[in-house]
Amino acid sequence: MENAIELKNITKAFGTKVIANKNVSLDLKKGEILSLLGENGSGKTTLMNMIAGIYYPDEGQIFVNGKEVTIKSPKDALDLKIGMVHQHFKLVDVFTAAQNIALGMKDKGHYSIKKVSAEVSEMGARYGFVIDPNKMIHTMSVSEKQTVEIIKVLYRGADILILDEPTAVLTPQEIKKLFDVLREMRKDGKSIVIITHKLNEVMEISDRVAVLRKGEHIGTVLTSETNEKQLTEMMVGQKVDLEIDRKDPVDPKPRLLIEHMTVKNRDGLNAIEDVSFTINGGEILGIAGISGNGQKELLEGIAGLQKVESGDVIFHNPKKNKPVTFFHKDLKKIKKMAAEGCFHYPDGTKVDLTGKSKKEIVRLVNEEQILFYEDEIIDLRHRTPREIQELGIKLSFVPEDRLNMGLVGNMSIIDNMALRSYRKGKSIFVNKKRPKSLADKIISDLEVVTPSDMTPVRRLSGGNVQKVLVGREISSSPKVLMAAYPVRGLDINSSYLIYNLLNEQKEKNVAVVFVGEDLDVLLALSDRLLVLSGGKVAGIVDARTVTKEEVGMMMLSRAKAEDAEALNLPTTEKKEDVE
Amino acid sequence: MAFVSFLSSAIRLSATFLYGSTGEIITEKAGHLNLGIPGVMSVGAAIGCLTVFKLLKAKVYSTILLILLPFLATIVAGGLMGLLYSFLTVSLRANQNVTGLALTTLGVGLAGHFMNGIKAESGIIARASKLYSNLFGIGGDNWFVEIFLSHGILVYLAIIIAIVAQIVLNRTRVGLHLRAVGENPATADAAGVNVTGYRYVATIVGSAIAALGGLFTIMDYMGGNWEYILEGFGWLSIALVIFTLWRPALAIPGSIIFGGLYIASSYIKGITFAQIELIKLLPYVMTIVVLIFTSIVGSKKAQPPASLGLNYFREER
Repeated sequence: MENAIELKNITKAFGTKVIANKNVSLDLKKGEILSLLGENGSGKTTLMNMIAGIYYPDEGQIFVNGKEVTIKSPKDALDLKIGMVHQHFKLVDVFTAAQNIALGMKDKGHYSIKKVSAEVSEMGARYGFVIDPNKMIHTMSVSEKQTVEIIKVLYRGADILILDEPTAVLTPQEIKKLFDVLREMRKDGKSIVIITHKLNEVMEISDRVAVLRKGEHIGTVLTSETNEKQLTEMMVGQKVDLEIDRKDPVDPKPRLLIEHMTVKNRDGLNAIEDVSFTINGGEILGIAGISGNGQKELLEGIAGLQKVESGDVIFHNPKKNKPVTFFHKDLKKIKKMAAEGCFHYPDGTKVDLTGKSKKEIVRLVNEEQILFYEDEIIDLRHRTPREIQELGIKLSFVPEDRLNMGLVGNMSIIDNMALRSYRKGKSIFVNKKRPKSLADKIISDLEVVTPSDMTPVRRLSGGNVQKVLVGREISSSPKVLMAAYPVRGLDINSSYLIYNLLNEQKEKNVAVVFVGEDLDVLLALSDRLLVLSGGKVAGIVDARTVTKEEVGMMMLSRAKAEDAEALNLPTTEKKEDVE
Repeated sequence: MAFVSFLSSAIRLSATFLYGSTGEIITEKAGHLNLGIPGVMSVGAAIGCLTVFKLLKAKVYSTILLILLPFLATIVAGGLMGLLYSFLTVSLRANQNVTGLALTTLGVGLAGHFMNGIKAESGIIARASKLYSNLFGIGGDNWFVEIFLSHGILVYLAIIIAIVAQIVLNRTRVGLHLRAVGENPATADAAGVNVTGYRYVATIVGSAIAALGGLFTIMDYMGGNWEYILEGFGWLSIALVIFTLWRPALAIPGSIIFGGLYIASSYIKGITFAQIELIKLLPYVMTIVVLIFTSIVGSKKAQPPASLGLNYFREER
């Protein structure tokens, strides 16, 4: 078989220390699907970006259809019929789908967006994609956006397609549809490279698998002659213990009580509807559900980032027998609480502050003589996000765009550490020592690949950015830790680092909420599993005894009407709209 | 008749703002925030006037040459300013705001240099002014003629350019690519659009158009008399871009409103100089009101191009 693409000794470095690709020689045969497999930061995306004209190799040669070529820009790549669907969507928000697809096209004849729309609808119907060409991108869901991206490449008639983690944001049904389309294209003689972390997908879709490790090409194997275990070993270079060490929760007590909570999404619809459950300290509560079933709104509602329409979020602050401080309470509040009988002395007698002078009370508090009699109970619904954070409820939300929430891309790792603690301390100058030691600790503990702790975060690869984000939240010794998709896009090794960190937190009696995608992981890591479906609780089950199939059934139990619609071909009514 | 005369003057002055804002809209749609428009207009006007002066000194009295050559000289001068801006921001990656402000200072200073050089004899420029302000000698008592037909050729050209710009931006492939470059250059780049090329060309074309506003102001509106008013007009043109929500077609009525507010004080009897200045402020107040309104509504369609003011480097990640 002829080669569609052949790479010879490709090397690419960023700066002097980070070598993204080193002497990579690879080939893509005509009419095959090649999986590109590797850990985060192993240089898969960089390598493909050089074929797509985003980066230019420092050394080496690229051959397309047997001829050596120079690809200096995406335009050059398109001229060679190479199209890439990027992991981060490259779409113009205020354009319609059709306008985005028409972008950069230079076909002859009169420019007519109507003509493009008609062709896009026709193409969508042919491949089984649902797409409204006149819909604005900024009103689209993630999977709709990806559909636009894929059709964009198809529309250009690319013979060589590169898909960078296309399945990360799709539902299982959508993945199946995508794979059907890819197989159709392979029949057409097109050559496809698919970058993915999911081994089962590699086994299902590809003809051959090329494995990269730390920027180097480890080998290419026929899918039919390999297995998941061998691929994992090639990828990580050592055997990986796939067991997650899950200890039994010690004395779990209610930490957060969610009562009849309703949260609306941006369109004013109920994303979370009348949801009630309890989160215990010293336990990991897994949250399962198809992406977009209210996970985001649930966590943001608790963290105070979204308005809770109705219901309550009751926080049991584990304060019993702990001294009161002036950090959260002022003198007046302490006096009032003492009068209500909230405090006792270390010897067990009730605190009575009547008649005591201000000075005396301050002394007692500072000497930690006044202790809480019971756990403090606080309704979080009307608290600000900052107050909620200071109470120790941390949301480590890893969104689809890692840099948009939580980290400032242009700032160094150290400065990003300081962001969380800048309110502490009395000096007007920022104390950089502690953030620096924290940054260095995270870099070594979580094996973050970075030239230095002063490197701007945006220069790190996606997985390393995620490690920095999760590492920082865990370091703040939280009482409740909510981690949403903390391992999305991470390789196996890094994922396990994160799982172990969550387990450590659980053993420290932290209430851990883990929103995940991989059911196997959710079942292996969680103590209890809450299944969300259509913004409601479909069930709360014991993760140790429930089966995958049972959870899967629950996830689909209240599938939203839109989801059901998305699985079908467009109705005749919709087609008329398009015309 | 005072109202007819007011409206006629408002439309006449509007051409200044229309050139300036159409040029700036084209530039901003490509993602370049060119704050050098006041300087561009000043240099354009000065080079245009200088050309008129040289022609008259050389005893060239041909109507065509006296309009066409200064017109071309102004376009070239404006285009060169745009080229300088693009070279600094695209090729040398300088900060756009700083570059723009530097261009304003440079342009206003250069214009002063050129005009002071011919100060003693500059009176003769006014002789050519009639060619600009009333080429065909149309005029009369009819209100319709006075409001709509009595203007100089550059007024109509301004409106034509604005309409053409509107159509090009929204109905053509070039316009689609241009807007994509201003919204999301990385996406445009990945789609095979030449971001650097589009930014250079849009800025040069935009600056050339804005420079014409300077030529119009001096040769037509001011009757050939140089005055240092272009800097203020330049800032008003930039404000008009926001006022019209980046739409050249809306800039046509918008510029007439700005023109009307600017001259309104002359038509109100018995007000002090302090009050006159206050009335001249109204265009800025209205711009702020529009900003408040669009911010509250928060419609994606009323927002500036998403990467306005941001330089694009491909190798960054």
